[in-house]
Amino acid sequence: MIAVLDYGIGNLRSAEKALLAVGAQARLVSNPDEAVNAEALVLPGVGSFGACADALRNSGLHHVVYDAIEKEKPLLGICVGFQMLFSESEESPGIPGLSVLEGAILAMSPGKRLPQMQWNKLKLSDRPGSVMFREISDEDLWFYFVHSYAAYPIGFLENPVVVATCEYGEEVVAAVERGPLWATQFHPEKSGVMGLTLLRQFVGFVAGHNKGL
Amino acid sequence: MGRVVKGINFVSLKDAGDPVELSEAYERQGADELIFLDITASSGERDILIDVVRKAADTVFIPLTVGGGIRSVKDAEKLLRAGADKVAVNSAAIADPTLISDIAYKFGNQCVVVAIDVSKKLDQAGEVIFEVYTHGGRHGTGQDVRQWATKAQELGAGELLITSMDKDGTKDGYDLELLSLIHEITNLPVIASGGAGKLEHMLEAVQTAHADALLAASIFHFGEISIKEVKDYLTANGLSVRPIPV
Repeated sequence: MIAVLDYGIGNLRSAEKALLAVGAQARLVSNPDEAVNAEALVLPGVGSFGACADALRNSGLHHVVYDAIEKEKPLLGICVGFQMLFSESEESPGIPGLSVLEGAILAMSPGKRLPQMQWNKLKLSDRPGSVMFREISDEDLWFYFVHSYAAYPIGFLENPVVVATCEYGEEVVAAVERGPLWATQFHPEKSGVMGLTLLRQFVGFVAGHNKGL
Repeated sequence: MGRVVKGINFVSLKDAGDPVELSEAYERQGADELIFLDITASSGERDILIDVVRKAADTVFIPLTVGGGIRSVKDAEKLLRAGADKVAVNSAAIADPTLISDIAYKFGNQCVVVAIDVSKKLDQAGEVIFEVYTHGGRHGTGQDVRQWATKAQELGAGELLITSMDKDGTKDGYDLELLSLIHEITNLPVIASGGAGKLEHMLEAVQTAHADALLAASIFHFGEISIKEVKDYLTANGLSVRPIPV
């Protein structure tokens, strides 16, 4: 079972439904004792960084995320769920992130309208080991973004976890991948056929990963 | 079950089909986003809308905005929980503008679309104003759109859906003057609505009036122009448009 962590914010239903649509056994889970037994986690998030990070801690589900990282269980972070994997955000000073990835979330200054609320085309970084986008051809790499803050991993685009970027007045980190840890600034569950293709890839990865364990 | 309808200048409604089936078809055809506007929006019919949103969200995986009759944060929350990504507020926000800030505070600016219905008028001094209307175009507020759009932005709107009532359903082009005006006075993404009839209209709304997104209903519902034709045309004219996945 893939647990979509339900810590009481926003529209989590679409993440669950999109996973079901690609054949996964997925469920919204709010109880940490139940989530800890899942074979993989999806950490969604919409709204502000601080509101999400506080709600996640209050739910106790942050322990489940740490447990998954430690046990190298597959985890997919989406949007603010992606941002919370870093240590902090300029959006909500004083409210720590999960510090699973090194770096911070900073306000974007693209010289363009914010939020970036649109479909945008990804550029893949040269990461031969990355599997996230393996089934999607370059011209189809369009995904839906909604954000005003962006991730700046240590070393920025040189950081090996960065597997895709997009252009929005500046180069924006669109996806990271570190073994079983996947996370996207964009919303695969709202990115039509290609979003579903990415989710199917994740579900396949989860199945393969568990066999290998 | 609710139906999809489309009118001209906000009246003369024609039936256009089942909303969930149409949503699925539009996603397949390459639509980038969908907007449901409940034009009846009486409280007795709210549950129908929520049911439609829930069913659409089960099978449609592109952004979904829902509006019509949202009067409270609770109304917004029900729709977001049913699977809407954004809610569009209109009349109730004009009656009580804190509705915008309250929804934005709870769910983020990105999910608050402020829908504004506008008609061009001469005021008593003979000056051109773009008057804001509420209640599906039935009540003039006397307020100019410049004032209201600026205020909506200050209160935390994430996006503006600007509908020209004069152009709605006429198919003679978006109101470029209105759209340009909104682009100049706000920093918000603007969805152009009302008047799309030809491919050229779509291009000029972006190139001349700086619209960030294009909404069309009649031409798609009644099969006059396909989404593919629009995307091919805009791409051929140098705009960056998401291709239709095969």
